[in-house]
Amino acid sequence: MRGFIIKEFYHIFRDVRTMIILFGMPVIQILLFGFALTNEIRNARIAVLDHSKDDVTTEIISRITSSGYFILDEYLESEEQIEDLFRKGKIKEVIIFEENFAEKLVKDKTAGIQIIGDASDPNTANLLANYTNAIIKDYQAGMLLNQASIPMVITPEPKMLFNPELKGVFMFVPGIITILLMLVCAMMTSISIAKEKELGTMEILLVSPLKPLQIILGKVTPYILLSLINALTILALGYFVFGMPMRGNIVLLLLETILFIIMALSMGILISTIAKTQQVALMVSLAGLMLPTILLSGFIFPVENMPWALRTLSNIMPSKWFIIIIKNIMLKGIDITYIWKETLILVFMTLFFITLSVKNFKIRLA
Amino acid sequence: MTNDHHIIEVENLVKKFGSFVANDHLNFYVKRGEIFGFLGANGAGKTTAIKILCGLWKPTSGRIQVAGFDVYKETEKIKRNIGYMSQKFSLYEDMTIAENFTFYGGIYGMRMPGIRKKMSFFLEKLGIVEYKDRVISDLPLGWKQKLAFSIAIMHDPAIVFLDEPTSGVDPLTRRQFWDMIYEAAHDGITVFLTTHYMDEAEYCERVSIMVDGRIEALGTPSEQKKQFGAESMEEVFIRLARKQ
Repeated sequence: MRGFIIKEFYHIFRDVRTMIILFGMPVIQILLFGFALTNEIRNARIAVLDHSKDDVTTEIISRITSSGYFILDEYLESEEQIEDLFRKGKIKEVIIFEENFAEKLVKDKTAGIQIIGDASDPNTANLLANYTNAIIKDYQAGMLLNQASIPMVITPEPKMLFNPELKGVFMFVPGIITILLMLVCAMMTSISIAKEKELGTMEILLVSPLKPLQIILGKVTPYILLSLINALTILALGYFVFGMPMRGNIVLLLLETILFIIMALSMGILISTIAKTQQVALMVSLAGLMLPTILLSGFIFPVENMPWALRTLSNIMPSKWFIIIIKNIMLKGIDITYIWKETLILVFMTLFFITLSVKNFKIRLA
Repeated sequence: MTNDHHIIEVENLVKKFGSFVANDHLNFYVKRGEIFGFLGANGAGKTTAIKILCGLWKPTSGRIQVAGFDVYKETEKIKRNIGYMSQKFSLYEDMTIAENFTFYGGIYGMRMPGIRKKMSFFLEKLGIVEYKDRVISDLPLGWKQKLAFSIAIMHDPAIVFLDEPTSGVDPLTRRQFWDMIYEAAHDGITVFLTTHYMDEAEYCERVSIMVDGRIEALGTPSEQKKQFGAESMEEVFIRLARKQ
């Protein structure tokens, strides 16, 4: 048994491709996703429709343009221009000040600014609206200091065009952990077992006194260890590089991770019982596991926006439940009493796949 | 019925897959220390029979004993007492010679000192001691094959099953390989092999020829040639195969 595991590590450490997938991929993916999704937006082009054109609006506009985030492209004259402008695609945001802005601010203590974003790119639109909001709030705070006696409220009113729900995905860390665990556990084990079949060494192992269960355990143990290391690396990168919060219990998170790893491994074994060659194993895991994981788990595309059929289908994706669990533990700091349902679903899925794969493995022998 | 000199005894072995009969009432025995050739065209049922003898598959019916153990109940004991080498050589290409010895010795429950002793014995015999730490993929095919055979018999099995061990190697290497087989047989290991080379059938002490799931001929090469009035085993084989 020990010799078996050592042998498996030789295979892993001596194959450059395996090493790259195992250790290069997590780091590259997280950095790529991390910076691609959180990079600050600079020099976004905006337009302003100022119905008031007074001192206050001029001051706010100059603050916005001097922030470095925005470039004022043009002043508009009427609302009709807005839609057309967005269709051209150059302008990312339009800021509208209502009539008699300064006057209302003094008289009614409140005045409105409308922020219209081009939400065909929801993440950008959201970010820009937040920046604008922050700048206006900042200005307001300064005003309050100067005229301490009269509290005044400017109410920015963001409005998203084209995608009103704006459920973007910033929570890439859970998604990447899920995808990588799936990749490492399911794909790598299925390929490595298929490889033994292809090379004929599986035959020798089966003829040897080793029991089928020992063969399976020997093959998967190294991958359990390596994928745990991987998961921890991603968590550490997420935490230290991107400031991903870790509000919940880390032990609970690790236990859930191990559960998911075992599930993915049993899926990998199942695939390897079907696949005769490494190529087939690769194709099946890519098409059957990776794509559904990426597309249906809610990692990139929000499940809420999917048609009914796909939404139902996403329920049988183990990764969907795992992503919910990680998000809840990391972002909300929730304990097991709130996620026992998701955990139970994962446990059942794990048992299902283990039973199926061990049964299948035996059938292939007989 | 059980004969002490018979290391493999097969009586009325039948193996069916659904309605297809892969092995149709096979009867044969293999003597201890013998080199037994198990011939047959592709699809004749050789592989099925070997898998049953190795304890991988259960027969449908029949009484089969391998190394004194029953194939229905004592497959674990059978597995401990046999060695197996397939046409694919089955060494791990990305591991060194020493690592392969260690691994395969380990799965047969051998301890490190025993493994080291066996390894230096075989490497000295092959004259490649200094290549101990070379990765298998760097070695020539002939060496791989001899190493695979050495590893298949390193745990001193009673029987070694060789499934087309010489396919795809050059005549000289085949010759040297047969020297190793003879040596193993001389040391008391029974050799049970399948081959496609009919000249190799002549090297066997006894040969069985399977056609369509049945054993059509069984005996020493010279007996069979006499029986069929043939010049060579090749002729015997072709006549049997044509008959169908």
